[in-house]
Amino acid sequence: MKILFSILREMADLPNDPDAVALALNSLGLAVEEMDVVGVPVPGVVTARIVRMEKHPDAAKVTRCFVDAGDGEERHVWCGATNMQPGDIVPLATLGTTMPNGMEIARRGILGIDSEGMLCSEVELGLSDESSGLLILPAESPLGVSPFEVLGIEHDVIFDLDLTRNRADCWGHLGVARDLAAHFGMSLRGPRIAGTSSGSAKSLDVLIDAREQCGSFTISYVSGIAVGPSPRWVASRLAHLGMRSINNVVDASNLVMLETNQPNHAYDADVVSSFRVRLANEGETLTTLDGQTRTLHTDDLLICNGATNAGVGLAGVMGDLHSEITDKTKALAIESAWFSPDPIRYSAIRHGLRSEASIRFERGTDPNAWQQAAERFVTILRETCPDATLHAGATVVQTASCPVPVSVDVSVKRVESLLGIHIESERIVSILNSIGFVTTIKGDVVTSIVPTWRPDCTQDVDLIEEVARHFGYDNIGKTVPNSAVHGRLSNMQARRRILRRVLVGLGLDEAMPSPFLAAGDLATVGLPEDNVLRIANPLVAEESILRTSLRPGILRSLKYNQSHRAPQIGLWEIGHVYPKSDQQLPDETEQLIIVVAGGDVQTSLAQWNAICDALSVGTQLDQSRIPAGLHAGRSATLARGKKVVGVVGEIDPLVLDILGIEGRVSVLEVDLSVILNEEPKPVQAKDINRYPSSDLDLAFVMDDSIPASTLQRALRQAAGKQLVSIDLFDVYRGKGVAEGFRSLAFRLRVQGVEATLTESQLAELQKACVAAATKAGATLRA
Amino acid sequence: MTSASTPEHGQLAQALADGIVQIREATTSDQLRTVVSALTGKKGPIASIKSSLGKVSDIEARKELGQLVNDALAALGVATDGRSRELRAAEFSSQIESERVDMTEIAMSANVERRLGRMHLVTQAMERLEDVFIGLGFQIAEGPEVETDFYNFEALNMPPSHPARSMWDTLFVESEVDGSVVLRTHTSPVQIRVMQDWPPPIYAVMPGRVFRKETPDATHMPVFHQIEGLVIDRGITFADLAGTIESFTKAFFGPGFTSRLRPSYFPFTEPSAEFDIRRHDGTWIELGGCGMVHPHVLRAGGLDPDEWSGFAFGFGIDRMAKERHGINDIRDMYSDDVRFTEQFS
Repeated sequence: MKILFSILREMADLPNDPDAVALALNSLGLAVEEMDVVGVPVPGVVTARIVRMEKHPDAAKVTRCFVDAGDGEERHVWCGATNMQPGDIVPLATLGTTMPNGMEIARRGILGIDSEGMLCSEVELGLSDESSGLLILPAESPLGVSPFEVLGIEHDVIFDLDLTRNRADCWGHLGVARDLAAHFGMSLRGPRIAGTSSGSAKSLDVLIDAREQCGSFTISYVSGIAVGPSPRWVASRLAHLGMRSINNVVDASNLVMLETNQPNHAYDADVVSSFRVRLANEGETLTTLDGQTRTLHTDDLLICNGATNAGVGLAGVMGDLHSEITDKTKALAIESAWFSPDPIRYSAIRHGLRSEASIRFERGTDPNAWQQAAERFVTILRETCPDATLHAGATVVQTASCPVPVSVDVSVKRVESLLGIHIESERIVSILNSIGFVTTIKGDVVTSIVPTWRPDCTQDVDLIEEVARHFGYDNIGKTVPNSAVHGRLSNMQARRRILRRVLVGLGLDEAMPSPFLAAGDLATVGLPEDNVLRIANPLVAEESILRTSLRPGILRSLKYNQSHRAPQIGLWEIGHVYPKSDQQLPDETEQLIIVVAGGDVQTSLAQWNAICDALSVGTQLDQSRIPAGLHAGRSATLARGKKVVGVVGEIDPLVLDILGIEGRVSVLEVDLSVILNEEPKPVQAKDINRYPSSDLDLAFVMDDSIPASTLQRALRQAAGKQLVSIDLFDVYRGKGVAEGFRSLAFRLRVQGVEATLTESQLAELQKACVAAATKAGATLRA
Repeated sequence: MTSASTPEHGQLAQALADGIVQIREATTSDQLRTVVSALTGKKGPIASIKSSLGKVSDIEARKELGQLVNDALAALGVATDGRSRELRAAEFSSQIESERVDMTEIAMSANVERRLGRMHLVTQAMERLEDVFIGLGFQIAEGPEVETDFYNFEALNMPPSHPARSMWDTLFVESEVDGSVVLRTHTSPVQIRVMQDWPPPIYAVMPGRVFRKETPDATHMPVFHQIEGLVIDRGITFADLAGTIESFTKAFFGPGFTSRLRPSYFPFTEPSAEFDIRRHDGTWIELGGCGMVHPHVLRAGGLDPDEWSGFAFGFGIDRMAKERHGINDIRDMYSDDVRFTEQFS
């Protein structure tokens, strides 16, 4: 929202110091995004008339202009523009002038003929960001004077405010001026209103059908209108505020809105002399001021000519093109209404048409601002239409939906207990009064009538914020609460941190790919796509599916790095997956994935061992269940009893081929919701067994179809409590071992529990182990 | 003491003197071993003197001579140990010399390359932030990333069709009731979940992933991270909020940094503020939003606003990482490009 310093200073006696005002705005919560100084006169630039123009045969692109700057001297200037003709009055930058962009005007020649200055455009004078040639000044302008003076361009400062959603009132200068006046302890004058002497009473008929959507509709009758150009200062201010000058009536309407935050519309009172506010009919159309014909929705609020019931405006959004005032307009019907915010917001959204008016209505305007707005309208008009008269008897129709002033109680104690600082009740009252609240105090309670321009203030905390804002956030002080809570990580969070460090220790980099997938991404990595959730309004179609697996994303990252000559990488991610559930929310869980380019089944098993060790967890490998998308011969599920907590192995070579990834890729996926939430009990110490231990080396031949773990389990059971450790130290296939079999060599370290094992005890143990192995399907290798 | 000089005395002194010379003159450990076994062995000079002890009739003289024999053996032992250490040192020094390597050459070889992995910059920043808040007495809460409209908006004082909802460009998840499930646009829904699940007093921070319908550019990502803080206790004030922000600022950025609050607006806090951090050079960085928890929000969390009050604050984590490491384009941080990741140990 652009706010002009000059308008603020008309409304209140603010310090003539834009920096101080900007600081105040920021401290009031009206954040200044940008501050622009505009319309600074350029000394040395004067008005001059083009006396005659000549082309030079050798310089096609430039024109020789002979100008008169009112001092009787004819100056010669080369000029590259084409929009001027003899007789035009234009700005002349005389020799020695420093232009706003820093360029100095020096005697410069083309073809040996000197130029004695420069004719200027609006851009060159710093008046605009764009122009299409020289600035042509009004024909009757005096010569030799500053064009800024001729144009009535005010040296001004624009504050571009980033307004928060609650401050509807600050969409008009008046709201901003009110806050600043209170801040600086000045009284608020408001917009200048003068000479609007009311003529004879004149009331136009208004009928409101849509009483829920339209809370108030007022029509003021203004006679004595002559449509023409605006005073220069009006056009200049509008330009600074980003609006184009149209004519004195439209400009006054716009300026009043920008000043008072009251959107308004002026109709030719001879064309539209009665009004009706209703909802649009099915299929009804309206051509708005921007020239577009719009088919209306039955929720759109329409302002109609009471006589014809034809639409003359999409209420709160934009007027009808055919009801615009014309050169012939002699009297105006000025509409100032209050519309319910939501219907206007939806209308604007439906028609993709957020206008200056709709922005204000959808935030909430003041239903009682219409009269001041009408008076200001006429005050501005009277500069160009001295006969303009605001007639008494304005029509004011209000419905039950029109906001009425609310009363809010604030206890002084509550102010203190919420802000943490004692503020005297007198101070609270004076702050609230200074921004338009009408207060009474009774004991500890300040009762305030909230002004209708502050629809955001509905309960005590809102008023406490107002007190805090004007008391100054910086003046409230800083204390630290005494926390009875001990800061710490939860068990799960602490374990997640251990996990992260193990992963880093394993040399793996954390990846963070997008959790959004394209249709087919899951299928590509061999996973089902039937339990996915979709984003209803994705940014792009490729990101419309919520992942149910971390695999597609991290494999994409792996592929990306491989194609950038980083073949040996290992990546991990800890992130959420969101499979569909039968509840309202997905079955969201946290998962871990590790992939290593060039890694194999050993890589992933070693990683899992390290993680199990660090987190004191364990799982069984179940190769009978082949995880989807993994190498059927080199992968297994990680099970805890019947529950699957993850998968381990290698990515299916077909998947890698489709993705264009070279070499093997090891993979480990674990559901962390299980692993991290466990709270392992502290391990209880055992006395060191100091009896000497012995090693039993036993090699067995066993069918490939029987997992080695079956044999290991059998040996472990047979060795019983004497077993210290069991290691598979050699696996052999080939000569001496039948096809389809392999030799598995285990080293069992055994130790007596109560005494050193004797030779015969050892022999017995070995016998038991061999018997158990035989039962498990293995044969002792000779 | 009878100190008679018997022939045995003379032989012993001579054997000791000779022995020490031989030990000193040994040039290798092997030679030393040979010399020593010859000197102290069964056929050695000391042994023969020892064996003649029996012939000494005087008990006192025999005792004395016996003691002298033991002293001689001990002296030879000391000399042997000393010489042995000298010889081994010399022998190892030649071994050491023969084993000399160029350490820089080894340092550069692939065998010693044990590169640790890298945590994502966002994770690093998140852990640093968590640690600072743990130090300030906060616990850490987490919540789902796919949320209901209730937690993301309604409980945060934004009933359906509340205009302030447009402050967030929301990604909606397809569901039975249109618009009832969203990808959380902020970490604030966790506030409500914590209020519902944890008995007050509550001192918690809630880091996590959030989503907006925003086209990625150098400073925005549709998926990014925030940390939210929530304090609920009896008698919590706006001054407590300002003081907590200040403590955090000093703890996280350093003692030379300060903070300020500026009035702002959020539907879920009242009064609301933006908080800025002042750098050493006097410039301010806008960090995040905060305020006193709105009574409607306390009620949605199942708490009585007349008994409990509190404050909340929140800010972006990605930006902290971006600032800390001087990253120009936030998209680089999400590229998973090892060439980028590798820089940050």
